[in-house]
Amino acid sequence: MRKRIVITGVGAISPVGLAVPESWKNVLAGRSGVRRMTLVDPEEFPSQIAGEVKNFDPLDYLDPKLAKRTDRYTQFAMIASREAFADSGLEGNISPERLGVIVGSGIGGITTLEREHKVAMERGVRRINPFFCPMMISNIAAGRVGIDIGAKGLNFATVTACASSGHAIAIAADMIRLGRADAILAGGSEAPMTLTGVGGFCALKALSTRNDDPETSSRPFDRDRDGFVIAEGGAVVILEDLEHALNRGAEIYAELAGSGMTCDAYHITAPAEGGEGSARAMKLAMEDAGIVPEQVDYINAHGTSTKLNDINETMAIKAALGEEIAKRIMVSSTKSVTGHMLGAAGAIEAIFTSFALRDGIVPPTATLINPDEGCDLDYVPGKARKAELTYALSNSLGFGGHNVTLTLKKYMGE
Amino acid sequence: MSLENRVAEIIIDKLGVKPEQVTPEAQFDTDLGADSIDQYELIMGFEDAFGLRIDEDEATKLTTVGKVVNYLKEKGLD
Repeated sequence: MRKRIVITGVGAISPVGLAVPESWKNVLAGRSGVRRMTLVDPEEFPSQIAGEVKNFDPLDYLDPKLAKRTDRYTQFAMIASREAFADSGLEGNISPERLGVIVGSGIGGITTLEREHKVAMERGVRRINPFFCPMMISNIAAGRVGIDIGAKGLNFATVTACASSGHAIAIAADMIRLGRADAILAGGSEAPMTLTGVGGFCALKALSTRNDDPETSSRPFDRDRDGFVIAEGGAVVILEDLEHALNRGAEIYAELAGSGMTCDAYHITAPAEGGEGSARAMKLAMEDAGIVPEQVDYINAHGTSTKLNDINETMAIKAALGEEIAKRIMVSSTKSVTGHMLGAAGAIEAIFTSFALRDGIVPPTATLINPDEGCDLDYVPGKARKAELTYALSNSLGFGGHNVTLTLKKYMGE
Repeated sequence: MSLENRVAEIIIDKLGVKPEQVTPEAQFDTDLGADSIDQYELIMGFEDAFGLRIDEDEATKLTTVGKVVNYLKEKGLD
């Protein structure tokens, strides 16, 4: 029989909170974490707003030597992993060889890359810090988490831009089903607030320029949306074999019932016509979980607040579930308050979706006022809504045409 | 500041060790917990601070705090 996979721990550091409970509270209340950018001087950028992690000092978590030798993106992954691991109660209850780590990032250590590139240009290549490579590479967060937690099982990074941590969770569940681990820390992290990080997305004209009103700048599905808001953070869940979790009496947040992964094979940044690739990912995710569209109650959308994403994702949802069902269910984008955490987005949204199932409350698309033409689903505008939920989908899409959908199920016992 | 103190300051900063650990006899690897990458970074720190270039052959011999101080004194620093 197919193994059942459950979420038994959660951790996140985000623009709306340094830990999961605070982030969930703010997401439900629709309190935006977007402000004027401070980590880089935004003066030259058309987009001057960002979802930065606030009141963050790495020394609150790491000793000075470790703090200096880890990129910000790695620190976020470590902090989220610690929270998730402590939350799971797995310490001492799992053999380290059976505990894995799959933590991705869209970009990796771009802060470190930029700093050392400057050193090389200004002072010569001999002055490049010997820690440069092992700080910058996009798999080092996973490696550091392995060391920090003492997880000696499978360990690698998924790199699919804004779908990175969605893939991490989907693959982790499959790995446990295959028997390659009993539990896996799965998620992602991102720290893109640098000159080239922000400058690059600005050059693509991907970012919102609503600089005079940061808190409503991320407006998924709204007619006045004008791009996504760059954000940072880390999010990690503990996925565990249900049997293993039950044997140790673990608290269970939700069940990861299935996943679907596809590629648009169409364009490097634009979604395929009508969200064709994303629609297939949703269909596969439902099939994998053994459910039909009628059983889906809620979709946590990718919902980036770009012109192209929101309209195509809406079409994709209709294509995957059928127009009538699509209009009946609830769809919301928590990026309306977090901004777009890129490689951490899929995992933090999986956490929010799990909490929605567990608590019976749907987080809102907080900033949505006037739905755009063609955006005609129930996006739960403004306020959170109480509702009994059983199944939910969570979508993540990444540059490269990567699509991943997770099917989450309320945990209702064995 | 004396040469000894300047060297100690760099070591404390790069390795995150306590001042009292930085004795002349202290070995970078066994006593101060520096792995090979830490030691490369330390050598670069000395090069930057004292404006000299330490060849790799020489660098591998600088295994204790005292040896670094003596090396720098031989190079005419004080």
